[in-house]
Amino acid sequence: MKRHKARLMQGNEAIAEGALAAGCTFFAGYPITPASEITELMSRELPIMGHPFIQMEDEIASIGACIGASLAGGKAMTATSGPGFSLMQENLGYAYVAEVPLVVVNVMRAGPSTGMPTSVAQGDVQQARWGTHGDHPAIVLCPATVAEAFELTVTAFNHAERFRTPVILLADEMVAHTREKLVLPAAEEIEVINRRRPAVPPDWYLPYKTDGSLIPRLADLGEGYRYHVTGLIHDERGFPTGRQDEAGWFYARLFGKISRHFKYLERINSFGMEDAEYVIVAYGCTARSARAAVRLGRAQGMRVGLLQLLCLWPFPRNAVETALTGKRAALVPELNFGQMRREVLRVNNGRTKVLGLTKTDGTMIAPDEILKRLREAA
Amino acid sequence: MTRRGLPRLPEDRIEVRLSGSGGQGLILAGLILAEAAGIYDGREVAMVQSYGPEARGGASKAEVIISDSPIDYPLCTSVDLLLAMNQEAADSYSWDLKPGAWILVDADLVSHPPSSRALALPFTAAARDKLKKALVANVAALGAIAEITGLVSRRGLENALADRAPSGMQDLNRKALALGVRLARNLFKKNDAGPLTEPETEDI
Repeated sequence: MKRHKARLMQGNEAIAEGALAAGCTFFAGYPITPASEITELMSRELPIMGHPFIQMEDEIASIGACIGASLAGGKAMTATSGPGFSLMQENLGYAYVAEVPLVVVNVMRAGPSTGMPTSVAQGDVQQARWGTHGDHPAIVLCPATVAEAFELTVTAFNHAERFRTPVILLADEMVAHTREKLVLPAAEEIEVINRRRPAVPPDWYLPYKTDGSLIPRLADLGEGYRYHVTGLIHDERGFPTGRQDEAGWFYARLFGKISRHFKYLERINSFGMEDAEYVIVAYGCTARSARAAVRLGRAQGMRVGLLQLLCLWPFPRNAVETALTGKRAALVPELNFGQMRREVLRVNNGRTKVLGLTKTDGTMIAPDEILKRLREAA
Repeated sequence: MTRRGLPRLPEDRIEVRLSGSGGQGLILAGLILAEAAGIYDGREVAMVQSYGPEARGGASKAEVIISDSPIDYPLCTSVDLLLAMNQEAADSYSWDLKPGAWILVDADLVSHPPSSRALALPFTAAARDKLKKALVANVAALGAIAEITGLVSRRGLENALADRAPSGMQDLNRKALALGVRLARNLFKKNDAGPLTEPETEDI
């Protein structure tokens, strides 16, 4: 078994490495700070492996190319930041409805609009959930370290392939640009899931018919399986339908395929939660500040713990509810005006005091600021 | 002692800030320091950089956290070691130093060190005069850091430099590193007892 040497790398490099380790065979993108390094690395590595890299004219075309490549059997990824992510929303909706496996990386920077390109923020949390119109489920993963950036990129590909859906990796500028030591695992240590392809000959293939799994099998375009791909709500042959029973079933299946795997998708890290009286719920780079706050707070005798959310959507309700129960107070620090605190308040349902700590000046929340806010609550 | 036989760090978490102007190679120095401490000395490291839009000039800063345990917060909160390669950096980045922090400044480019405890070494002038390349002042500074603080091993720096720098520069880099070590040693020789040796009770 070949073990790699430890390397110092940025979060963005780890995301590119994670994509390659997960078997990414296609990348189309438009470079944008602070996600450019991902595009740069993929442009270098993919052609060496004989796979296409395309720099597209914009982000709308980038995700479009990824959808096409994925339907043709590729494992596709694109990477962008807030402004580009906004442009991608329409095609993202198309990919949800057509059930196209796909990974979209959004390295968050301060917004809205072009905002502050080199400054950190976490303002796209709700956009990642509700950015495209209409009801749809979303899987959104959020790394806080370089190691997690690698690991969650692999997970993003696996979820995309397994559930036949776009998956969003929501990194932030701080995680993307911080350099840390990472030992890449050997190929055989990485679990790679690939989509299920049809088990029937082309003539019998019904593209959106499912067995018990609710996840239809996906044929590669060009292999003789002819079918219709559309953003309109469709029947199991893939053709548009307005029939009440068929449309109702479509939505039930779209949500059902995610909700029945709710526990499988839930992913959290907890730190110092065993005897905690106060709990910090954090994600992304802010989870690092929170972890430092737990370390410093405990040194001063404060019983504080951290619940780090690695999967933001579906919202890890079980973990958050359990973590908040019986605590004196919870604090949700984030680099936006309280987008996740809203969700924590929702599942908490008035049982525990939930405080917010928001910062939107393009800098990280310092551990001291978290402790100060907690002391106010005590 | 750590796994590789290196001494433990004086603190759980050591915060290093290398600052100066764009073009002085401080981000590269940060990278080399992080690789030496992280890959070759086997410690945990996190490195963050910031710089202005200019290729030369403008403020430039690299922050490296070194620790023997996993690093949570990746930015400096109270700096253990400040390297300032120009006056602007010395002025801007000395406000959050830990009491007793090591302060290294370029003797010629920083006319007003932030503290009387600051160690002023002529990195740029020595690199220019002795090696005919002011470019390697950053490497000389790393040599001095290794010698004075022991936060990173000289061997680690040599290995990291060999990985990063183009092959034609290997020899020059080794010389620059040695120059930095020599500058640091001379400083203590001049100061007689030197700040590193505390007198034993019996000595007094």
